[in-house]
Amino acid sequence: MNTTGEECKIAQKTSGIRLLKDKMAGSVMLTFTLVSVLLVVLIGIGLMIKSMPILHEKSLWELLCTSKWKPMRGDFGFLPFILGSLWVTIIAIIWTLPVALFTAIFLTENSRTWVKKIVFPALDILAGLPSVVYGVWGILVIVPWISDWLAPHFVEYSTGYSTLAAGIVLGIMILPLLISLFVELFSSVPRELREASLSLGATRWQTTKYVLLKRTFPGIVASVTLAISRAMGETIAVLMVCGNIVQLPESLFDGCYPLPALIANNYGEMLSLPLYESALMLAALILFVVVFVFNIVSRLILRKLEQKLM
Amino acid sequence: MNIPLLNKKIKWYNRSDWNETELKKGFFRPDQKFCTDDSRRSNIVVEHLNVSIQENLILKDVSATIPDRKITCIIGPSGCGKSTLLKSLNRLLDYTEGVKVAGKVLVDGEELYAPGVEITHIRRKMGLFSQRPCPLPMSIYDNIAYGCRIHGIRNRKKLNMVVRHYLQAVGLWEEVKERLHTPAGRMSIGQQQRLCLARGLAVEPQFILADEATSALDPISSKTIEDLFLKLKEEYAIVLVTHTLRQALRIADYVIFMYMGEIIEAGSAEQIFKNPQKELTQKYLAGVFS
Repeated sequence: MNTTGEECKIAQKTSGIRLLKDKMAGSVMLTFTLVSVLLVVLIGIGLMIKSMPILHEKSLWELLCTSKWKPMRGDFGFLPFILGSLWVTIIAIIWTLPVALFTAIFLTENSRTWVKKIVFPALDILAGLPSVVYGVWGILVIVPWISDWLAPHFVEYSTGYSTLAAGIVLGIMILPLLISLFVELFSSVPRELREASLSLGATRWQTTKYVLLKRTFPGIVASVTLAISRAMGETIAVLMVCGNIVQLPESLFDGCYPLPALIANNYGEMLSLPLYESALMLAALILFVVVFVFNIVSRLILRKLEQKLM
Repeated sequence: MNIPLLNKKIKWYNRSDWNETELKKGFFRPDQKFCTDDSRRSNIVVEHLNVSIQENLILKDVSATIPDRKITCIIGPSGCGKSTLLKSLNRLLDYTEGVKVAGKVLVDGEELYAPGVEITHIRRKMGLFSQRPCPLPMSIYDNIAYGCRIHGIRNRKKLNMVVRHYLQAVGLWEEVKERLHTPAGRMSIGQQQRLCLARGLAVEPQFILADEATSALDPISSKTIEDLFLKLKEEYAIVLVTHTLRQALRIADYVIFMYMGEIIEAGSAEQIFKNPQKELTQKYLAGVFS
């Protein structure tokens, strides 16, 4: 009897410690989670405070919708930069989306093991390369290709440092991300679902089109959103090939000047100019807001889609 | 069975009422939409089938005949190759890595594993009915219509008739007719399983391959499915892989007993259950191993 009583006490004691540890682990995890959420809020607030001076001087409308950029004279029009960012991102997504989609379908549905063994490491390398390397490669390959081969067919003259070059390079950078997201998505579709479709006499392509893509459509939207957010903020490689010309891009072969490039090129210089720092901070804030709004909107769309399917 | 025909107005016909003249007038029969040639119907014949997956021999020299318009139950302990045999009957094994198949499977006199066989039309003859229900990610209506659409029937009126016909055939119509266009995933598991059966029947198979079709269901739903099978065997050959001996006892006409990738004994249900010849079969039926 005695021994069992002692064992009981030990058990009680250890269970006390166990519960304490459980609670502690819970609160530590909560704290860390809150810190990361807080970071987002802090960055947002910081950017807002820093960009206040210019917002006091000029109306937001004037800043966003004019295209004159003469910091010396106090003209700050962000339109060329916003449009530049948009164009580059759109071009990148337009050409990478089908490529990534078909690659991922091939890898999950049709390919043999040895193909996967070659392709996946290659994609990992592609994803792991520093963006400067992509920039240099863009300058060495894409830019001359555009100026010598492609542009003469469409416009009189182009240096090659253009919106198109930036879009292509950016696309190559987000391609591995998109492919790996898609592959994961398609692999999550249960095998029985494909078998159900195939056993009705559907071909593999019909199965892919009507079952796989339909089932994963919300996931595809989410992946593309993630890739777009990533693409919006990509700086160095784009900056190296986009031309950095402040103008409203009229054709794909014109240079452009996306927001991140503006900040990276100018921050630290000419800060003696009044309002200049504040203007750059506003550029950062615009990026922040665009990505933020984009994420929220896509999340709403996603929820609608999932309700429709499930 | 009453079959409704939606031809401008909704008319009700008995199947026996359909005669040559009406068919010539162009009435659409939801169960004869692919103009299949019934005269060529025959049993599935499996001859010396060897299947290995990643160098493991799963099926060893399996030979069997699966009779038309009967329920054939494949029984045996777990991992004895029952499901593999079932899947090799409609070549779903093609998509598994490292599968090697040797031997013959003859469906209506067509060699399944011959080179250059166009597999989709043979697969259409075999409705697969899996263990867990897996409705396609679309509405109830589209689930049934899917099979017809991929085989080229897109006429809305015809599809309406097909959907109604097959939902009635599995006894789902009254339960779901108000919500045909809601996602199929919202139905109960038992309903989903019946929907999958209806989806399979809608492409007019000759054979129904069921892989433990009732093991995920509650007793009442599985009873419904069993009753359906008993009704369906008038028109289809049903191959049922099952773990529950009692189920086999209730519905089987023929029984195939497998052990370690080999067919130990095969024959009519009566013979196997009442008078098993082999020692292994006797032991299995007595519950010595399972």
